[in-house]
Amino acid sequence: MGMLSAFANPHRFLALSNWLAPLFYALGAVLIGWGLWQGLYIVPKDEYQGGDIMRVMFIHVPAAWLAMASYSAMAVASFTWFIWRHELADIAAKAIAPLGATWTALCLATGSVWGKPTWGTWWQWDDARMMSVLFLLFLFLGYMALRAAMDSRQKAARAGAILAMVGGLNVPLIKFSVDMFTSLHQDSSVITSEGPKMAAVYLWPLLMSGLGHSLLFGALVMTLMRAEIWTRRAARQRARLLAGA
Amino acid sequence: MQLGQRVYSGDDVQLLTASGLGILRGERVLFEGVSLTVAPGEAMVLRGPNGAGKTTLLRMLAGLTRPEAGRVNRGAALHWVGHRDGLKPNETPRTHLKLWAKAWGADADVDAILNDMGLSRPADVAARYLSAGQRRRAALARLMLETRPVWLLDEPFTALDAEGRDRVLAMVAGHRQGGGAVVAAVHGDAGFAASREMVL
Amino acid sequence: MSPAPILSAFRQALGEAWAGGAGALLPLGFFAGAAVLVPLGIGTEPGMLRAVGPGILWVSLALSSLVTLERIFQADVEDGALDLWLQTSAPVSAIAAAKTFAHWLTAGLPLALMSPVLALMFQAEAGTDLLSGALIYGLGGLAFFFWGGVGAALSATVRRGGLLIALIALPLYVPTAIFGSMAMSGAAGGDSAPLLLVASTLFSLALAPFAMAAALRLAAD
Repeated sequence: MGMLSAFANPHRFLALSNWLAPLFYALGAVLIGWGLWQGLYIVPKDEYQGGDIMRVMFIHVPAAWLAMASYSAMAVASFTWFIWRHELADIAAKAIAPLGATWTALCLATGSVWGKPTWGTWWQWDDARMMSVLFLLFLFLGYMALRAAMDSRQKAARAGAILAMVGGLNVPLIKFSVDMFTSLHQDSSVITSEGPKMAAVYLWPLLMSGLGHSLLFGALVMTLMRAEIWTRRAARQRARLLAGA
Repeated sequence: MQLGQRVYSGDDVQLLTASGLGILRGERVLFEGVSLTVAPGEAMVLRGPNGAGKTTLLRMLAGLTRPEAGRVNRGAALHWVGHRDGLKPNETPRTHLKLWAKAWGADADVDAILNDMGLSRPADVAARYLSAGQRRRAALARLMLETRPVWLLDEPFTALDAEGRDRVLAMVAGHRQGGGAVVAAVHGDAGFAASREMVL
Repeated sequence: MSPAPILSAFRQALGEAWAGGAGALLPLGFFAGAAVLVPLGIGTEPGMLRAVGPGILWVSLALSSLVTLERIFQADVEDGALDLWLQTSAPVSAIAAAKTFAHWLTAGLPLALMSPVLALMFQAEAGTDLLSGALIYGLGGLAFFFWGGVGAALSATVRRGGLLIALIALPLYVPTAIFGSMAMSGAAGGDSAPLLLVASTLFSLALAPFAMAAALRLAAD
């Protein structure tokens, strides 16, 4: 095999994630559990936000945060791969995509469920955040479809990196244009409870849920990355066997 | 162009060098540790069974495929004739050659080249009506548009009849006499006396 | 570097677009056909048609850009011309931009020029607005073609790449579609929309060629 096998040397990642991923799973589960328990049973409901349905916030807000953060992470990983060609960066980008898409879809679904009683509609075209997140989902889906259509992992890495970088550069513009679009149509009462106006009772459960989801997300990324590393190793071994070396 | 013209002088000059080339296809190592040098007047023939990587190596030398290991030094301009001819379905041999002469800034007598390649008759027929051999001739005719020291040819004889084959052999011989070099992937008998063979 | 390869790429792409069947008539027919289906689907009430007309034209423009772009780089991969274009003395990004621009000229610009006619059919008032509308469709179409070109270059080696192009390009079309329709409607607060449309089109012209170049090198690899 010579020097080619030296290209991927993710030993340190495997060693690190071997204990870090379980730790993240455990901490994430505890924090999400605590956040949900607080959110569902302890904090008072807010009638102005639709009554009990506002408790979906403890999933919705972390999902929204992860939707944004995961696309940024994927774009950064792609950029890293494009510049330094470190295989681990590509493995990370590949692992983030389906998870990011899942949390993005979760954000849209919970937002829709929350929107029905508060806005009277499952889908609010005038809400800039909903629209931006929808386009984020499309960006994720396009990225995954493109990678899947390439006939080798090297090509998938290159094509994916180009698209993720183009997408990443476009995200601010998309966000800005959607904000402008919706500000023209602002006749509905957009929920503004997130942010500084948030009641203090919601703040800690929300923060802890957000942290918990992030840890869970990180753990899942590590798990998928480990699976990918082992898959590539197995493919390498198989290729070596077939070559009779 | 004049075939006898000397395009590169000094036999110690390498027109093309490659060292330690390697590439993966998926996880399979297609080849690795491939090194070669091409000097003026040389003809190197790449051999090997289907799928051994002849085309891939040629594309690496041409700068089309990125090697995963190793490097290629191109010391001179090169012509590339891949196994796809590069003609558009609605292009005629004449418009094809004129287009590339213009794109390359080459001052070539297209009519004479068409004549040389036995393409005078179908010179104005759209490529979609041409036979595979005629399209091949049009692609090889690009070699005559501009003098470039290195020719990289992928299966140049594909679809050519005996007469076309002889023509290409004569072109190659003339090119080598003028100090040019050829690297070709060839199936079967190459016909031209290769100064070197490489088996992949 | 001389501009000769760029001009040649432009001329070849123009010839390709024109020869690929009926020239500009094909995308025009597609554009008109897609637009004309709408009143049949949603009814002919003039007020409603006037309201949805500009939006329908934007959608048709986006669709026809996707349809015409599917083959521009894929054909180059299949017939081997891409190898030759990658080896000229000109930057690949300039070659890609020239080809995309040629396709916009044959498939995008005619649609923009015909938009006043379709707008009239959608009950718009006859006036100079229709001409400024054509300009806006032209600019927006240019951005559509360049972002679509990125999708086309990325999926140049993919069989049935058309669907993939649409999925890739769709989110990239969003700013143009929004600024464009805001500029058309002259909505309150939309005064800056024409400028934003120009800016986002320039952004696509600046960024897309480099993405296309990287994608084309990959397609040849």
